[in-house]
Amino acid sequence: MTAVDDAVVRREGARSRRGAPRSTAASTAARTAAQRGPAQLDAVEVSAWFGDTQVLDDVSLAMPPATVTALIGPSGCGKSTFLRILNRMHESVPGAQLAGEVRLNGDDIYAAGHRLTDVRKHIGMVFQKPNPFPAMSIAENVTAGLALTNTKVSKTERGELVERCLVRAGLWNEVKDRLGRPGSALSGGQQQRLCIARALAVGPRVLLMDEPCSALDPTSTRRIEETIAELRTEVTIVIVTHNMQQAARVSQQAAFFLATQGSPGGIVESGPTVDLFNRPSDPRTADYVHGRFG
Amino acid sequence: MTTTTAPPALPKVPRAPRQLKASLEPSDRIFHGTASSIGMFVLIMTGAIGVFLGYQSIPTLRHYGLHFFTQTQWQPELDKIGIAAVLVGTVEVALVAMVVAFPLALMMALFITDYAPKRIKSTLVSAIDLMAAVPSIIYGLWGFFLLQPHAINLARWLSQYLGWIPIFRVDTDPNAAVWQQSRYTSSAFIAGLAVSMMAIPLACALMRAVFDQAPLGEREAAMALGGTRFGVARTVVLPFAKGGIIGGTMLALGRALGETAAVLIIISPAYIIKPRILEAGTQTTSALIAGNFGDATKSQLSALLTAGFVLFLITLVVNSAAAVIIRRSRSGAATEL
Repeated sequence: MTAVDDAVVRREGARSRRGAPRSTAASTAARTAAQRGPAQLDAVEVSAWFGDTQVLDDVSLAMPPATVTALIGPSGCGKSTFLRILNRMHESVPGAQLAGEVRLNGDDIYAAGHRLTDVRKHIGMVFQKPNPFPAMSIAENVTAGLALTNTKVSKTERGELVERCLVRAGLWNEVKDRLGRPGSALSGGQQQRLCIARALAVGPRVLLMDEPCSALDPTSTRRIEETIAELRTEVTIVIVTHNMQQAARVSQQAAFFLATQGSPGGIVESGPTVDLFNRPSDPRTADYVHGRFG
Repeated sequence: MTTTTAPPALPKVPRAPRQLKASLEPSDRIFHGTASSIGMFVLIMTGAIGVFLGYQSIPTLRHYGLHFFTQTQWQPELDKIGIAAVLVGTVEVALVAMVVAFPLALMMALFITDYAPKRIKSTLVSAIDLMAAVPSIIYGLWGFFLLQPHAINLARWLSQYLGWIPIFRVDTDPNAAVWQQSRYTSSAFIAGLAVSMMAIPLACALMRAVFDQAPLGEREAAMALGGTRFGVARTVVLPFAKGGIIGGTMLALGRALGETAAVLIIISPAYIIKPRILEAGTQTTSALIAGNFGDATKSQLSALLTAGFVLFLITLVVNSAAAVIIRRSRSGAATEL
């Protein structure tokens, strides 16, 4: 209960701060002031298929800027697929198909003429399993996105960027003396925060997180949750989680996904996290959030 | 308060590490026996070839001593026999082959794993594998009749513009209006081109296998950062596959060093140490053996087998080095939690 109450406080805090001018990490990635800061993301009537199997049916969800939206639901209900649709990672799977629109500040990211690489630069992603580049040092990992997108920055800018992103990801104090060491030598939780720093370095306006703590111990999980709370004013966050308490702690908005046997997944109910957990309108949501199934 | 009782006197257990040995199941024992004896058989065969060659080369090495390695001529009738020129020719042909094969195999493997649409992937893989199945004599004929007439133009062009580099020089006037085409035929360069066709599938198959193993997590991370396919290849695939690239190249080099039939058809034998790879005439170890053993006397045969022994050792070293590099690169190449 306290966790939910806490979330309310955080949400109001976020609202009061929303709209304040803020700078994202990579100045080069966001060219104009209008392109910086957290963006509104809207999924409109999204359906998805893998081959002939439909996995999502008619999912619409508004993810307001500077808000953490949690996607919850049992395994196999399409949450992760939905998340991967939000930055066009879905189509990297052979046979994957899609209907509907995903709008970043009203602009459909699937519209013809949009570059895949630009979309992903604006909508970053952190994965379930920490995946730093093992051949690179900690600092190189942070700036890997710049190299990948052929963004040229000066040496001093690069150093500042590394520090800024590691600070924002809550990792700076632990690694500031060993930036040249390989990223794979860090602990799992540190690796995951390194991956968050790496995602932040390209200056995304939305950050997608696919069960970022499921491979981590409780202490590391708490650190990541703190990082999410700190980041939410700067970037819109969408997080998939299996952990109800985590959803209650970190998110202001939640969506409950469910797929019944043999039919594609969809959203049963979405709204403010407090309402979803305390006053769910659908009995299936109530059963799930109270741990009666799933 | 808890009561303490004196522990019962136990029989003393030795502190030294114990032998951990479990008896095998009968089926395991049969399989183990079969597999290990067949494996041993292969090893013994390879070893026997080496021992045979080594034994056969004793008389030659005793007769010629170190001169066998410094003499360039192969004139048994004058008792002048040595492999200096032949070894240089062998290395030249193999290096030309690798310079051509390496980029082609690398690009091909990368195209198959990272760029090619799924439906043509398997076709490409079988096409490359088919390249490996074509008999080398076919590549020799192809090189001689189809490739050579065109390749001499490239050779002339190279010597026109890069002739100031010793390896591209040809002892004739490349700019002459009526240029001496025959000076450019039957060279290490053209033989190397034909051999590269045989080296490509070997290198490509290994590189492809390693590229495919590049961790999906890292690939997706690179994609999610806004990376292009080339970016993903550069940041994730190539660093991961470094060992496989080197190993595959060296395996192919081992193949190129030993190639016989194609080289025999293309080159015209010349027993001089010649750095000019575009110029007609060279000789390789395997071509030397294949071309001379038919009418060799007993002592000449021993000399040829000695040359074969040297080639065997070189190939063994190259392949073993490749195996070590491949094995080393696998461990620690991927991130494991």
